[in-house]
Amino acid sequence: MKIAVCIKRVPDTEMRFAIAANRTSIDPAGLKFDLSDFDGYAVEVALRLVEKQPPGEVVAITLGPDAAQETLRKALSMGVDRGIHLAAAEVPFDGLAIARALAAELKEGGYDLILFGRMATDSGNGTVGPMTAELLGLPCVNAVSGLELAEGRGTAQRELEGATETVSFPLPAVLTIDEGIARPRLPSLKGIMSAKKKPVESRPAALGPVRLTVDVLELPKERAAGRIIGEGPDAVPELIRLLREEAKVL
Amino acid sequence: MANTFAFAELRAGSARKVAFETVTAARAAADATGGGEVHALVLGGPGASAAAAQLARYGADLVQVVEHPALALGNPEVFAATAAARIKAGGYRAGFFPASAQGRDLAPRVAAALDLPLASDVTGFEITGDALIARHPAYIGKAVATLRLAATPALVSLRPGAITPVEQPRAGRVEMVEPALDPAQARVVVTAVTDRGAAKLDLGEAPVVVSGGRGLKAAENFRLVEELAAAFGNAAVGATRAVTDDGWRPSTDQIGQTGRMVSPALYVAVGISGAIQHLAGMRTARVIVAINRDKDAPIFKVADYGIVGDLFEVVPRLTEAVRKAREEH
Repeated sequence: MKIAVCIKRVPDTEMRFAIAANRTSIDPAGLKFDLSDFDGYAVEVALRLVEKQPPGEVVAITLGPDAAQETLRKALSMGVDRGIHLAAAEVPFDGLAIARALAAELKEGGYDLILFGRMATDSGNGTVGPMTAELLGLPCVNAVSGLELAEGRGTAQRELEGATETVSFPLPAVLTIDEGIARPRLPSLKGIMSAKKKPVESRPAALGPVRLTVDVLELPKERAAGRIIGEGPDAVPELIRLLREEAKVL
Repeated sequence: MANTFAFAELRAGSARKVAFETVTAARAAADATGGGEVHALVLGGPGASAAAAQLARYGADLVQVVEHPALALGNPEVFAATAAARIKAGGYRAGFFPASAQGRDLAPRVAAALDLPLASDVTGFEITGDALIARHPAYIGKAVATLRLAATPALVSLRPGAITPVEQPRAGRVEMVEPALDPAQARVVVTAVTDRGAAKLDLGEAPVVVSGGRGLKAAENFRLVEELAAAFGNAAVGATRAVTDDGWRPSTDQIGQTGRMVSPALYVAVGISGAIQHLAGMRTARVIVAINRDKDAPIFKVADYGIVGDLFEVVPRLTEAVRKAREEH
C-alpha cells in the first residue's frame, strides 16, 4: 500500500506570539515551529496501516518555505519513508491555491490513500484536504475518528454534533484525520538518526491563483480581568446572586 | 440586486439550528446588496420538504428540495454535486454553508468543484463592492483574521452559533429538484448515524457548558460535573484534553485547541487550571465561572467569577444552590 500524508509546518501556538509589523501575519521571531497537531495523527495512521499490512510506502508531502523541510524530517524520524517538499516562499491563506499544487503533485503518484490532518492549527481553515480530493476526483471522508481497511474498501467513523457517522468508501481515497484516532509516536533516537539519510526531493509548488487573502490579523479582545469572589463553599450564595443579578444567566 | 444561496442542514429529517443561521446570513447578504432573493437548498429522505416552512420563517424566498430514499442519512457526494450545480445555475452573489461536521466536508468540495475560493469558519462578514470581508478565528482562536474574498459568488462557511437566527418571514415557495448525481453512483456511502444519547445537548449548542479537568482526580468524580450540569437543566458536559487523553471522558467531549470550540452563555470550569490549549476553546464564552483550589491558576485570569477552594466541597453546594434557584424561578 502506498500512502501520502500531506503535512504543514506551523508555529507552536502554545507559545505567546505577537502580530508582525505588516499586521497580516504573526511575528515569527522567537517562535518554535512543528508539525501541525492533526497532521501528527495522520502520520501515525499511515504508519500503522503499513505496519499492519506490509509491504508499503509512506510519503510525506509539505508545501512551504525551505524551513518546512525540518517538518518533513520530523515525519521521517517517526518512520515515514521519504519526503517531498513543494517550495513556496509563503503558504497562501487560500486553501484552493494550496490544493491545486498538492493535486498536481499527487495526481500521478499512484497512492492508495492520501491523508491530511483535519485542519492546520495556524490558518484554522480545514479546507485543503476535501478540496484536493475534489480536484483529484477521489472519494473523500473528512474528520475521520476511526478507520478499518479491507479488500480495497474502507469503513470510517466521523463525529457529528451529538452523533457518530459510519461511512463506507472505495480506495483510492482522501481522508482527513481527527484527533484521538491514534496518538502520534515520538521519534526514537534511531528514527532521528535514520531520518537524516532518507530522501527528500524539493521542487517549486504549482500554486493556483490566490483569491482569499488576509487584510488584517489582530489579537482578540482581551476579556476583562478575572475576579475571585470568594473562598470555599461559603462563596456559593454570592456566586448565585451574581449569576442571577449581574450576569443574568440563571 | 443579487440573490444569495443558503445550504440548509437537516438531521433526522428536521432542520438544524445551523440551517437557520445560514438562511439568516444569506438574508442579510441579499438585503445588503439591494434586496434579492434567498434560495435555500435542502436534501434528505422523503418528507425533507417539511423543513421549508421553518426556513421561510428565517427569510428564505425559495426552498429547493431534493427528496430521495437514499439521502435520509446524508450523502456527501450527492450533496456536494447538487449544491455545486444549484450555485452554478443560480448566479448568486454569495453562498453560505454551516461550518458544522457536515458543512466542513461539503463546503470545500463545492468550492473546489466550482473553482471558487472559500472563507471557512467565519464569525461575521460584510459585502463591500466586489469583495466579501469576513472575520475568521486563526491560530486556534488566539488571533482574528479579517479576510478579503475576491470572487463571485463568495462562498462562506459559518461557525455554528456565530450568527443569531432572526425571524423575517418570506414566502418560502417550494421547488422539488432532482439530485445532480444519482445516489446509486455515489462512492462514499453513509451506512449509519448513531446518536450518542438523544437527550444529551450538543456542546456547541448548549447555553451552559460545565467542564471538568484533572482537579477531579478520578474518572468517577465526573459525577459531580454531571450533577451540576443536570441542575442547570440546559447544560452540556465538557472536559480538558488531559482528561480525554487519560480516557476519563470520550475524546468528543474535549474542549480546546484540538477539540471543540464553544461560546456558551455560561461556562463553568471545575478543577481546570486553564492551559492555553483549553482557553483557546472556551474564552469566547459570555460568562466564565471557575472553581479551583490554586488561586494562581491561569483560569482565574479569564474567569468573571472565581471561587478558590476544594471543588469536592464547593461543587455539591453549588449544585444544590443552582437547583434551588431554578425551582424558585
